[in-house]
Amino acid sequence: MAARTSLPRAIAAHAVLLSYTIIALFPVFVIVINSFKSRRAIFSNPLALPTRESFDLVGYHTVLQQGDFLLYFQNSMIVTTASLFFVLLFGAMAAFALSEYRFRGNLLMGLYLALGIMIPIRLGTVAILEMMVASGLVNTLFALILIYTAQGLPLAIFILSEFMRSVSDDLKNAGRIDGLSEYRIFFTLVLPLVRPAMATVAVFTMIPIWNDLWFPLIIAPGESTKTITLGAQVFIGQFVTNWNAVLAALSLSILPVLVLYLIFSRQLIRGITAGAVK
Amino acid sequence: MKFRPHIAVFLAPAVIVYSAVMIFPLLSTLNLSLFSRIGGERVFVGLENFRTLFGDPRWSASFWNALGNNTWFFVVHMLVQNPIGIALAALLSSPRLRMAAFYRTAIFIPTILSFVIVGFVWKLILSPIWGIAPGMLDAVGLKSLFAPWLGRESSALTTLALISVWQFVGIPMMLIYAALLSIPDEVLEAAELDGITGWSRFWKIQLPLILPAIGIISILTFVGNFNAFDLIYVSQGALAGPNFATDILGTFLYRTFFGFQLQLGDPHMGAAIATAMFVIILIGVSIYLFGIQTRLRRYQF
Repeated sequence: MAARTSLPRAIAAHAVLLSYTIIALFPVFVIVINSFKSRRAIFSNPLALPTRESFDLVGYHTVLQQGDFLLYFQNSMIVTTASLFFVLLFGAMAAFALSEYRFRGNLLMGLYLALGIMIPIRLGTVAILEMMVASGLVNTLFALILIYTAQGLPLAIFILSEFMRSVSDDLKNAGRIDGLSEYRIFFTLVLPLVRPAMATVAVFTMIPIWNDLWFPLIIAPGESTKTITLGAQVFIGQFVTNWNAVLAALSLSILPVLVLYLIFSRQLIRGITAGAVK
Repeated sequence: MKFRPHIAVFLAPAVIVYSAVMIFPLLSTLNLSLFSRIGGERVFVGLENFRTLFGDPRWSASFWNALGNNTWFFVVHMLVQNPIGIALAALLSSPRLRMAAFYRTAIFIPTILSFVIVGFVWKLILSPIWGIAPGMLDAVGLKSLFAPWLGRESSALTTLALISVWQFVGIPMMLIYAALLSIPDEVLEAAELDGITGWSRFWKIQLPLILPAIGIISILTFVGNFNAFDLIYVSQGALAGPNFATDILGTFLYRTFFGFQLQLGDPHMGAAIATAMFVIILIGVSIYLFGIQTRLRRYQF
């Protein structure tokens, strides 16, 4: 027997949720529709959908001719995918060690690695910059990848070790009896089983990396290493009067995260439900 | 117990990267706050930087201004973002609600956007010149209510806090939603048999059960807010205008450390501010861990 929901109550719930959905999506909608309109139409009627007369791709032409923009995009892709790869690989390995083996200092190691969930890496920026200057890594994508890997690891280890505790011991022990090494057990038995959790971690890790402005601004502001978030920020400054171009640039930078989010959104809620807020 | 090398192999990469790029710089930043550059050389000055930060009227005025603004920024999030998030989650979890997945996905979308986009689009919407907001208020006959909210000292900070609330409401919503889903149906059905439904079910049954999750979102909000920077920087610049009315600790740290316009950057004063932020966050986290979390009753189902 499920709880009954009366009709007026259901209608009220939908009304509230729908209004909030509109509030949430309205600004995105404004950017996207206006990026397809001519300059005059943007100003005269910002809320109208593009019509045959007002439809104009001039903004996208400007952005794409600006060769840098594709480079920024590529930089962001490299930084985000590489960091994500290392966070998932190193995070899963450490989570496996913490959840699978009992060894002296296990609990302490777990706490040490969890510190970074609460204490933001930004507070160490002064020394991080010094370190990157000393090692000649300023204005390299590698520096950003290192930083974001360190930033993503604590939460990844925390979530993944919760999940790995639920992997059946019988399976692993069967593997051991068959003579599999611990490495084989991890890579061929355990990793495939925690894939849903990996997807959750991937979304949580990816979004702040893709959107970060602080570290690109401080560690890698050079022309050849700008990420798309920093690039878009600079672009807005330069093209402040060219609204077509700015709106097109913003629409383009929304696209990749949006696509990935929509792909993973089902996994996201499943992952949160299963582990993160116990 | 014999030494098992694979444990070390599994732990090593994460521990090395995390220690070298996060923990070590953090400690080294705390240490740098005790030094200063005098005549081109780095000299140990003890607590001198902190004496400047809290003693020099110009520095301390900036610091307390930033801390005060930051506290207000946090208060707005706690009073607006978290209640809205909880309410949305409660509605989403009502049984047999259609399209719940659609609402959930849509309401979370602002959270995935970058601050650059969020700052720009709200500046556009609230702009008195382009004016979607004035136009819309005009349409319902409330044009007199419109003001250039982002440009006024009295309202800029609250406006930015509300923009940030708009962006991040999805996080409390998701976490609370997950917590509500984890309450077993039997508990709710037992309550229903006792005649507890609707509002009273939420207040008497569900809310006490999700208190730990509310604790988590509060501390996440706290850490996030006291470390915020991007939204203020993209919409008001590093000077956090008008007249520093929107200056928070993150922008203050950036200006001090990196310099801006006429002001030269000073890594040691920057490190001192970062240390102060570290202490503030540490106090908040300790209050949560020792004062709140241990007192929350957890239920095992």
